[in-house]
Amino acid sequence: MELKTTEKETKKRVNMREQPPLVRARNFLEVPYGYTPDEAVEEATRCRTCKTAACRTGCPVEVDIPGFIDLIKERRFLDACYRVKEKNALPAVCGRVCPQERQCESRCLLGKKGTPIAIGNLERFVADYEADNGNMKIPEMPKPTGRKVAVIGSGPGGLTCAVDLAMSGHGVTLFEAFHDPGGVLIYGIPEFRLPKAIVKREVEYIKKLGIELKLNTVIGKLHTIDELLNGKGFDACFICTGAGLPMFLGIPGENLNGICSANEYLTRANLMKAYLFPEYETPIKTGKSVAVLGGGNVAMDSARVALRLGAEKVYLIYRRSEAEMPARKAEVHHAHEEGIDFLFLTNPIRFIDDGKGNLCGIECIKMELGEPDASGRRRPLPIKDSEFNIDIDVAIPALGARANPLLTKTMPDLSVNKGGYIAADEGTGMTSKEGVFAGGDIVTGSATVISAMGAGRRTANAINEYLTWKYWDYQN
Amino acid sequence: MFNILKKEELSDQITLFEIGARDIAKKAKPGNFFILRTHEQGERVPLTIADFDRDRGTITAVFQKVGRATHHLGTLNEGDFITDVVGPLGNHSHIANFGRVVCVGGGVGIAPVYPVAKALSEAGNNVTSIIGARSKSILFWEEKMRNVSDELIITTDDGSYGTKAVVTAPLEDILLNEKIDLVIAIGPAVMMKFVCKTTEKYGVKTIVSLNSIMIDGTGMCGGCRVEIGGEIKYTCVDGPEFNGHEVDFDLLMNRLQGYIDEERIAMKQVRVCGGKNYGIKDN
Ligand SMILES: Cc1cc2nc3c(=O)[nH]c(=O)nc-3n(C[C@H](O)[C@H](O)[C@H](O)COP(=O)(O)OP(=O)(O)OC[C@H]3O[C@@H](n4cnc5c(N)ncnc54)[C@H](O)[C@@H]3O)c2cc1C
Ligand SMILES: Cc1cc2nc3c(=O)[nH]c(=O)nc-3n(C[C@H](O)[C@H](O)[C@H](O)COP(=O)(O)OP(=O)(O)OC[C@H]3O[C@@H](n4cnc5c(N)ncnc54)[C@H](O)[C@@H]3O)c2cc1C
Ligand code: SF4
Ligand code: SF4
Ligand code: FES
Repeated sequence: MELKTTEKETKKRVNMREQPPLVRARNFLEVPYGYTPDEAVEEATRCRTCKTAACRTGCPVEVDIPGFIDLIKERRFLDACYRVKEKNALPAVCGRVCPQERQCESRCLLGKKGTPIAIGNLERFVADYEADNGNMKIPEMPKPTGRKVAVIGSGPGGLTCAVDLAMSGHGVTLFEAFHDPGGVLIYGIPEFRLPKAIVKREVEYIKKLGIELKLNTVIGKLHTIDELLNGKGFDACFICTGAGLPMFLGIPGENLNGICSANEYLTRANLMKAYLFPEYETPIKTGKSVAVLGGGNVAMDSARVALRLGAEKVYLIYRRSEAEMPARKAEVHHAHEEGIDFLFLTNPIRFIDDGKGNLCGIECIKMELGEPDASGRRRPLPIKDSEFNIDIDVAIPALGARANPLLTKTMPDLSVNKGGYIAADEGTGMTSKEGVFAGGDIVTGSATVISAMGAGRRTANAINEYLTWKYWDYQN
Repeated sequence: MFNILKKEELSDQITLFEIGARDIAKKAKPGNFFILRTHEQGERVPLTIADFDRDRGTITAVFQKVGRATHHLGTLNEGDFITDVVGPLGNHSHIANFGRVVCVGGGVGIAPVYPVAKALSEAGNNVTSIIGARSKSILFWEEKMRNVSDELIITTDDGSYGTKAVVTAPLEDILLNEKIDLVIAIGPAVMMKFVCKTTEKYGVKTIVSLNSIMIDGTGMCGGCRVEIGGEIKYTCVDGPEFNGHEVDFDLLMNRLQGYIDEERIAMKQVRVCGGKNYGIKDN
C-alpha cells in the first residue's frame, strides 16, 4: 500500500500531558491539558495524508481528516478548524468524547503496524485553538425563507439540526425541558471530561445565528407536537429527545436510601453542580464506599465522579470481562489509573439494609463466560456458591437507558417500536406522521454524540427538501 | 424569568405566590405540579399548582418553609423574579361525578386539595372537606374550602381551633354513618398513610398525591420512585396521584429522609449567613 517504511513510521504517538492520576482523582478539572501547537504539529507530521484516507470511512460524518491534519502541519490551525467544521459542528466536543478507537482511529493505516494518528486529540486541539485565538465567526445568513421549524431537545443532535436549518434560512425554535441546553453534554458527561464552558460556547454560537431557545419547556406537557404544527405555525418538527429513562436491576433492596440511578447521580453532580454543595444547593450522596454497576461510559463517569466527591473506595462491578466493556478506552484507562477497583465477571444479586432503610452492603455472585449466545458474545453464567458481600453505602446502577414515553404517549399517530423508540427512516428522519422527523438516541437507542449529530445533519437536509416539495415518503 | 405578581402570608410558615406564567396557566389542570428554581445555584423544587387563572396568566403556589430552598423562596417579594419555572408536570386529577366525596387536606396539603375539591364540586359531587393542622396559626384557606364544599370540618392537633383531633377521627365518623364513593387525601405522608388505613377498613377507594423527592420531573432520573401495588412507579410521570391502598408509605417516608444529613448542613448555612432574614428559629 501507500505506506513505505520510513523513519516517521516508527515514531510514537504524541500523548497529551495530563493531571497526575492521584491529583485529578480529587478535583473536577479536565484530565488532559491538550496539545501545545508544537506537539500538535509533531503528531500531525506522522500522518501520511493517504489518498484512500481509510480513517474517513470510520468517522460517521466523514470529517476530512487528512485535509485538516495537513493544515496543522502547515500551522494553519484556524483553517484546520474550519475544515473540520465543514462536517462536524462541534469538534471541541467530539475530539474529547468520540470513541475514536472504534471510529476514525480504528481505520487509520498507521494502526496496522504502530499507533494510529491521534485524530481526536488533533481535532480537539484545533477547536480549542480557535476558541482561544479566533473570533467567533458568524457566517453570513441566507435570506429568510419564512418557514418555521421546531427542534425538540438541545442535545448534540438537536443543536446540529438547528444550526443547519438556520443556515438554510428557516426560523428555528429549539425547545428544551431543562433549564440549561446541551442534553447529555450538560447533564451526563462530567466537567472533568467535557468542560461545560465548551458547551456554553456552542450555545452562544447558535443564539448568534438567531435560533430561539425556549428552555424549561417540556414538549408533550406545555405544548403538544400537534399544537406546534397547527396552532403555533411550525412547518415541521424534529424530535431529538434522547434516551432518558433509567434502568434498574430489579433486585431486592433497590429502593434503599443511598441507591440512585446514574441518571440521577450525574444530573445532581453535573447539571445541578452538586459537587459544589453547599454553595450549589442540590445535595448528593458522597459515600465512603461506592459501587457502580455497569461497564459503559455512564458507569465510568459515575465511578470517577464518586471518587472526586471524596469516596475512599469505588468499585465498578461488571458482569462480563474487561474486553466486553463498551466504555471509551481512554476513560477505562483513566479510571484504572485513578484507582477505581474493577470487579469483572461479577453480578449483584441483593442490596443490604442497615436496618434503618439505608444501604450498607451489596451481595454479589461470581460469573464465568459460557458458550457464545446468538449475538456471538459469550454469555456470563453464575458460578455456584460463589456469593460474597461488599460493604458499601452508595450504589449507582448505570445499566443503560430506555426511551422516555412522556412525549410519544401524547402522539398516538406516531409509530414507535418495541422499546418505545420512535420508528424513523435512517436517511431522512421521516416518521409515520407527516411533518414530524426524529433522530438521535430516541430513534437508535443509546449511541454516540457524533452519531446523534450525523442524524441531526441528515434530517436538516431532509427537512429542507420537505419544506420545498411537501413530499412525505415514509415506509415502515 | 418569572415574575411574582402577588405574595400573601397565609400563616407564619406558609406563603402564597401568584406567579406570571401564561403558557403554564393555559395548560394547567387540578392535580398538576410545577418545578421552580429560585436562582442559578438553587435546587429544583416541585410545588403543586394550587390554583391558576387562565385570563390573567398566573399560577398559584402555596408552600411551607421547611428547608433551605423553601426558606429562600419565602424571602422573595412581589415584583421579584424566579429564574426557572417548568410545568405543568404530572398527571391531572381524574374528575367526574362520583357521588359522595370526602376531601382531606392536612397542613400545607390544604392548598393542593383545594383545586381538586373545587373541580369535584363543579362536576356535581357532594363534597365534604376535612382540613387539619397542628395548630390554628398554621391553618389557612378555611373560607376558600368552605366555598367549594357542601360541608367543612376543621381539626387541630392542639385543639386551638375546630375539633381537637387528627383528620382521621371525623373521617371515620363519616365512613361509619354514610356510604362514601371516594376519598381524596393530600398532606404529609404519615397523614395519608393513616387516612388510607382508615378507609381501607370500609373499602372506600382513596386517592393520594405523593410528594417524593424529585429532580427533573420528567421520568428521567428515577429519584422519585415509589412502590405501588408492588411495582415501581415514578411519582412525576405516573403520578403524583395514586390509589392510596396500593402505596408503600413506609418506603416513601424512608426515601423522604434520604438527604436529611445534607439538608441539615444546608440549614446551618442558612443560619450562618443571615438566619434572621430567613425567619428561622434556633432550636
Ligand atoms: C453519562 C454519559 C456519558 C456518555 N459518554 C459518551 C462519550 O464519551 N462519547 C459519546 O460519543 N457518547 C457518549 N454518551 C452518549 C451520548 O451522549 C448520546 O448518545 C448523545 O448525547 C445523544 O444525543 P441526542 O441529541 O440524541 O440526545 P440527548 O443528548 O440525550 O439530548 C436530549 C435532550 O432533549 C431534552 N428533552 C427530552 N425530552 C424532552 C421533551 N419532551 N421536551 C423538551 N426537551 C426534551 C433533554 O432534556 C435533553 O436535553 C454518553 C451518555 C451518557 C449518559
Ligand atoms: C409533586 C409534589 C408537589 C408538592 N407540592 C408542594 C406544595 O404545594 N407545597 C409545599 O409546601 N410543598 C410541596 N411539595 C414538597 C416540596 O417540594 C418540598 O417541601 C421542598 O422541595 C423542600 O425543599 P427545602 O430545600 O426547603 O427543604 P429540605 O430541607 O431540602 O427538605 C425538607 C424535606 O422536603 C423534602 N424534599 C427535599 N428536597 C425535595 C425535592 N427536590 N423534591 C421534593 N421533596 C423534597 C424531603 O422530604 C425533605 O426531608 C411537593 C412535592 C412534590 C413532589
Ligand atoms: S468526529 Fe469523531 S469520529 Fe469523526 S474524525 Fe472527529 S473524533 Fe473521529
Ligand atoms: S489519519 Fe491515518 S489513515 Fe488517515 S490519512 Fe493520516 S495516516 Fe492515513
Ligand atoms: S423526578 Fe426524576 S424521574 Fe421523577
